Amino acid sequence: MMASRMRSPLGRAIGLGSAKEGVDHWWAQRITAIALVPLSLWFVASVIGLAGADIETVQNWVGLPLPAILLVLLIIATFYHAALGLQVVIEDYIHTELARLGLVVAVRLLSFGFAVAGIFAVLSIALGSTS
Amino acid sequence: MRSADRPLSPHLQIYRWQLTSVLSILHRASGVALSAGTILLVWWLVAAASGPEAYEGVQDFLGSWIGLLLLFGWTVSLFYHLCNGIRHLVWDTGHALDLESTYIGGWIVVGATAVLTLVAWVAGIARWVS
Repeated sequence: MMASRMRSPLGRAIGLGSAKEGVDHWWAQRITAIALVPLSLWFVASVIGLAGADIETVQNWVGLPLPAILLVLLIIATFYHAALGLQVVIEDYIHTELARLGLVVAVRLLSFGFAVAGIFAVLSIALGSTS
Repeated sequence: MRSADRPLSPHLQIYRWQLTSVLSILHRASGVALSAGTILLVWWLVAAASGPEAYEGVQDFLGSWIGLLLLFGWTVSLFYHLCNGIRHLVWDTGHALDLESTYIGGWIVVGATAVLTLVAWVAGIARWVS
């Protein structure tokens, strides 16, 4: 939606240039970056507060509504941002098409997998399925 | 002109180091490092959800010298990538793109990274020993 509005009519007609999927990639990278500024500062401050804490303290904290919500947001923004960033790095340095494609796919799958694992861990603590 | 005679762009190893280019590649390096570091975050959360034994495993690892070294690297990378990321967002608005501003902004990022890392570790260690 964002991308189509930023494309010139000629660019859309010809279907060339940066007006393909690059604009969406660029926007998503910036939006997740902006979200990660407060989220990561909050996370570091929270972890400092939890330095040396036992599991009960950590579970109690993760189980609170605000930390649980912010942790899920942090995980989503982090892995989305990381997948986009790693994709650019791979595309810049890997010149064999098959290896490049394979790595981008692997990064996407791993990012998604780790994100789901992290979100599940937060929710299982917050929703009380762990003692 | 035969291709062998063509002038080449300067090779990286003879190109003079400068703040702007060093910070540029460090943004990438810290981003890649942070991507790997996210595994630590997920491990910590999954261990906390799994139970005392798993959580003890994470704590032992993070408290070891290699764990602390990784945590320190992760903190530096995070603060650097965060500060320089803000510098990038400013550039995206079309501001501060002249040579002088890129150097001023670059040194601000270096200073902010050092201060934030120091503050985080002093606070973290104070909290840990208390």
